[in-house]
Amino acid sequence: MRFRRRTREQMAARVAADIREGMYVNLGIGLPTLVANFLPLDREIILHSENGILGMGPAPAPGEEDPELINAGKQPVTMRTGGAFFHHGDSFAMMRGGRLDVCVLGAFQVSAQGDLANWHTGAPDAVPAVGGAMDLAIGARHIYVMMEHTTKTGESKIVQRCTYPLTGIACVKRIYTDIAIIDVTPRGLSVIEMVEGLSLETLSQLTAAPLHLATA
Amino acid sequence: MIDKTVSSVEAAVSDISDGATVMIGGFGTAGLPCELIDALIAQGARDLTVVSNNAGNGETGLAALLKAGRVRKMVCSFPRQSDSYVFDGLYRAGKVELELVPQGNLAARIEAAGAGFGAFYTPTGYGTLLAERKETRNIDGRNYVLEFPLHADVALIKAHRGDRWGNLIYRKAARNFGPIMATAASRTIAQVGEIVELGALDPEVVITPGIFVHRLVQVGGAATAA
Repeated sequence: MRFRRRTREQMAARVAADIREGMYVNLGIGLPTLVANFLPLDREIILHSENGILGMGPAPAPGEEDPELINAGKQPVTMRTGGAFFHHGDSFAMMRGGRLDVCVLGAFQVSAQGDLANWHTGAPDAVPAVGGAMDLAIGARHIYVMMEHTTKTGESKIVQRCTYPLTGIACVKRIYTDIAIIDVTPRGLSVIEMVEGLSLETLSQLTAAPLHLATA
Repeated sequence: MIDKTVSSVEAAVSDISDGATVMIGGFGTAGLPCELIDALIAQGARDLTVVSNNAGNGETGLAALLKAGRVRKMVCSFPRQSDSYVFDGLYRAGKVELELVPQGNLAARIEAAGAGFGAFYTPTGYGTLLAERKETRNIDGRNYVLEFPLHADVALIKAHRGDRWGNLIYRKAARNFGPIMATAASRTIAQVGEIVELGALDPEVVITPGIFVHRLVQVGGAATAA
């Protein structure tokens, strides 16, 4: 049977569905930022931005941008009623101190043990940049990774052992891809959801680490 | 009478010496003290070590300081951006040294310097390239990396309002590194959008108490309309 991959928007909507009322959440740069567009406004979810914001709101209307009100990706944002500003020391204390419920990050690779590689390709001519990735990886209580299941050339981004430089060790709890949702558990990678038409057999062929179906 | 205000950005940065370690506030361009950086370029100090989250955008501010060839070493978390071509070029040509520090460790090392700590253990970076050859320790079942404080000779920061005692308040997400860098430098120089009368800032909302600030200078138009 044929299966259809989730679009980036469908992936974002699926992650958003798992974010509950009252959670403090950090959305990483790139694909995870899209999740914000699918959080229902009637759900009180407090978005953290590592440059010093809690209660971040959506992008402003054109013409309303404020260069001093930006997110971690340096794009203009707004504030929700009840939001707060703080300095970098406090912002990273919130992470390191375990106050954030969920952080959603993009990734190059995730290993079967939940190791995360998302900051550096290791290419010799690359200018390395890490930002808050390593702090988020060890800080938030639940690290969700959101990424395409395979690279553009068809290689699995879920691997036995990361070949890219690590961001954090055994930190990823759950992986949302365009074809499945997989929990990282002490017993290995546990498939909790697949797109319609996809079998565990086909998913396993697309994944470079052993998988098992979660027992409900 | 205490009066930390100076009349010009040129006077504010006049005695920064060659080889100094200079912290520069800001996250991207929010909170970046552009006018103080321009004055530093004109002043001519070279061989600087610059501590800042990013390594410049476009060709203004920190990028202009880099382009002028005044920076020997950058200590930062996120040099590579869509418009960081000045730094990228210097780095690839081997003309600037880079110490890459995870953003939270950068903040914590600045805070540690300000608070007088000798070092601290952090979980961030454990097991990664950025903790290679660093001392580690397992404390209560968790692995940590030993990191050392980051001191500076001078901090250049941007605030919203200040008074002649050096008390400061900030604006929105431009606060970012200002309050912690102010604590970690031998001399903190703040550019503010407005210098107000002593007493005009509510003590309940002062973010940086004047004890951390040595000079402040008013820069017109620095604050954008709220």
